Amino acid sequence: MAERELLLGDEAVALGAIHAGISGAYGYPGTPSTELFEFVQGCAEAEGIHAVWSANEKVAYEEALGMSFAGKRSIISMKHVGLNVAADAFVNSGVTGVHGGLVLCVADDPGMHSSQNEQDSRYYAKFALVPCLEPADQQEAYDMARGAFDLSEQTHLPVVMRIVTRLAHSRADVVTGSRCPQNALNPTAETFNFTLLPTNARILYQRLTEKQPDLLARSECSPWNTLTDGPDHSRGVIVNGIAWNYLAEAFEGKIPFPVLKVCQYPAPVAKIRALLEMVDELVVIEEGYPFLEEMIRGVTGVHGKRIRGKLDGTVPRCGEMTPTVVAKAMGLAVQEGLAPSLEVVPNRPPTLCPGCAHGDAFLIIRQALAPWGDVRMFADIGCYTLGFYPPFNAIHSCVDMGASVSMAAGAAHAGMHPVVAAIGDSTFGHSGMTGLMTAIRENVPMTLVILDNGTVAMTGTQKTMCTGEDLVNIVKGLGVDPDHLKIIEPHRARAAEQAEILRAEFDYRGTSVVIARRPCVQLKRKGG
Amino acid sequence: MKHDIILAGVGGQGILSIAYLLDHAAIARGLRFKQAEVHGMAQRGGAVYSHMRISDSPILSDLIPEGHADMILSVEPLEVQRYLNYLRPGGVVISNNEPVKNISDYPDEAKVDAALMALPRAILVDAAGIASAAKMSKAQNMVMVGAATPFLPFEWQEFEPFVQRLFGAKGDHVVKANMTVLEAGWRVGAFAKALLDAGVSSAVVGRFLARVEPMTLDPATAGAFAGVLALPGTWAFLDGEGARVACDPGLLKSLSA
Ligand SMILES: Cc1ncc(C[n+]2csc(CCOP(=O)(O)OP(=O)(O)O)c2C)c(N)n1
Ligand code: SF4
Repeated sequence: MAERELLLGDEAVALGAIHAGISGAYGYPGTPSTELFEFVQGCAEAEGIHAVWSANEKVAYEEALGMSFAGKRSIISMKHVGLNVAADAFVNSGVTGVHGGLVLCVADDPGMHSSQNEQDSRYYAKFALVPCLEPADQQEAYDMARGAFDLSEQTHLPVVMRIVTRLAHSRADVVTGSRCPQNALNPTAETFNFTLLPTNARILYQRLTEKQPDLLARSECSPWNTLTDGPDHSRGVIVNGIAWNYLAEAFEGKIPFPVLKVCQYPAPVAKIRALLEMVDELVVIEEGYPFLEEMIRGVTGVHGKRIRGKLDGTVPRCGEMTPTVVAKAMGLAVQEGLAPSLEVVPNRPPTLCPGCAHGDAFLIIRQALAPWGDVRMFADIGCYTLGFYPPFNAIHSCVDMGASVSMAAGAAHAGMHPVVAAIGDSTFGHSGMTGLMTAIRENVPMTLVILDNGTVAMTGTQKTMCTGEDLVNIVKGLGVDPDHLKIIEPHRARAAEQAEILRAEFDYRGTSVVIARRPCVQLKRKGG
Repeated sequence: MKHDIILAGVGGQGILSIAYLLDHAAIARGLRFKQAEVHGMAQRGGAVYSHMRISDSPILSDLIPEGHADMILSVEPLEVQRYLNYLRPGGVVISNNEPVKNISDYPDEAKVDAALMALPRAILVDAAGIASAAKMSKAQNMVMVGAATPFLPFEWQEFEPFVQRLFGAKGDHVVKANMTVLEAGWRVGAFAKALLDAGVSSAVVGRFLARVEPMTLDPATAGAFAGVLALPGTWAFLDGEGARVACDPGLLKSLSA
């Protein structure tokens, strides 16, 4: 029965969920989580699993909660910042609890390979008072995902699986097991649980807090939280998830100190205490924020023991862990590699593809803005964020999905003019619409340029929801003045004429929208 | 047995296909492997890399520690420079010599090549030349897989079923052409490895490879060639030939004379 398969960490979680009998997969693309959903999508029809991208992470989470209400299992995947968007649904689902098993796999990005920050999702799990699992390798990713659904149904809580880039995007062989059938349709009888009126919520929140000792007990005896002894008790080490691999690598598999590997939360405090009692000093090596370290230190520290980690500089506070970083933190001599043999090694940052419509759109926007001098442009997240770099130097902000629209409105409120924002079609559908609706109500003097390339390009050309005429209809429906809704197909050859159209809208003292519509060249290549 | 490899290149050069072939060859041999790759932001023509670890025992970290890589395999010559801190003493660099100049401050090409040939164990492969001779100009990555093979626990023929899986949909002739350039890469890699092992410097190996027809390289004769490369007349002869020459017994005879 057992098979060996070659899987990315993302795919291992996906396959574990499929084998646990999920009926739905929900998510919004985001590196490094995207391949999880795509793996399920690849076999959704054959397996009878609902797997269609959602408009944003909040929608995805709520859809999954609905499936849980109906008694079935589902997985939600997103990148770490996606959980900020889904946080309202997520935190409240701790209070409602779940009926069918519900697992949220959230992919953190220490080192910010393709993200705005390094936020650590373990805090969210703690905040919502729900269990969290953190696999150290692909095999654990598969096994934990399978088991997470049972944990969810036993505790009636959503379960978080926290993975990081280096696991999500690393491939290894995984031994897989048998599959469970899907749950039958079985809507919950406990509708009280899902109706968070204050009168109900007070009772439910009380229940959630009463579940905590059970969650802790499960962590204390979890096979994922292992305390192993070592001959040298001058020091003990605590590691979480993938950081364990780096520690083991640094000592070539023979760690001389007692080590506690934490992969299930709430943190196993009895095991932490047991380790502390054994050793003179403790080194806490965490992939992520100093979550355990802060907890162990508390306000007063641990009497008579030195606690070392990110807070005292033993471990770097920023960036991801690597075997070399961990070896240095443990005071080991590290093998030096070679120095570059070339004097200057220039950087090679990512760029827009040759022929990308965004490049032409930026050119035209810059040309249209020329009469006003050096105008700042609010922008958003997507391929077009690369417009920050030369030769474009076109954008001056990128904060969170949809921020371009509302930040532009705020700047206009403050008196800036002209105010221009640029957003991609998928980002607009994710979080831009509400900002635009708000601006239109007040006729805020600003122009929103929607870069409609017909796809979610940044994360690998997934299907977008708001493109072409659908997008036009949405914008019209939000109430923009039809005289100030313009559609162009951006081409540098027609820059002068198109810049003229844009300039008139930039000049206009009310809310205007320009849709710059031209397909992504990668999408065309893939025949989409 | 362990092989730690840094795969390097520029987004769009097909390093994930290289990883695919190595991964599957490893698993077919019952070996363990881990391969960490970079997706997302880094793919749009930017620098891309992958950490690839193959071993006969369980592998701990997905990332290779600095100073531990046995090989840097790069589809672009400048990209090698970014990862030299990972190379262990005695490790080998195998790089395509075809630059991707999508940045305005790309250094002088000759300097980039010279910097690689100054490394203790480096092989510069004319992957573009080999691939385009087979009318497969997009298959430079396959040439590089071949060139790396002599340093890995695989025979070049073992990649065929996986090349079939990658390109089978495009027809048998595409699979065959990919295997042809992969074999040509193997000839270069195996010949160069024998020369390096015989104590010939990276610079001399590079100079010799630039003068001969890759498909005519017979690794079994490399030892004999290692001897004649030190002879003063050799370079006068090789550089005197206009085009690349066949590396055959006839050449060996003329050089030894
Ligand atoms: C909350 C959140 N979810 C997901 C992402 C990942 N992400 C970055 S850009 C992007 C989509 C971009 O699509 P679009 O706006 O259409 O622009 P394009 O890349 O096509 O130019 C996604 C999904 C993110 N950064 N933040
Ligand atoms: S993937 Fe599409 S949108 Fe992104 S840079 Fe390339 S052409 Fe432009």
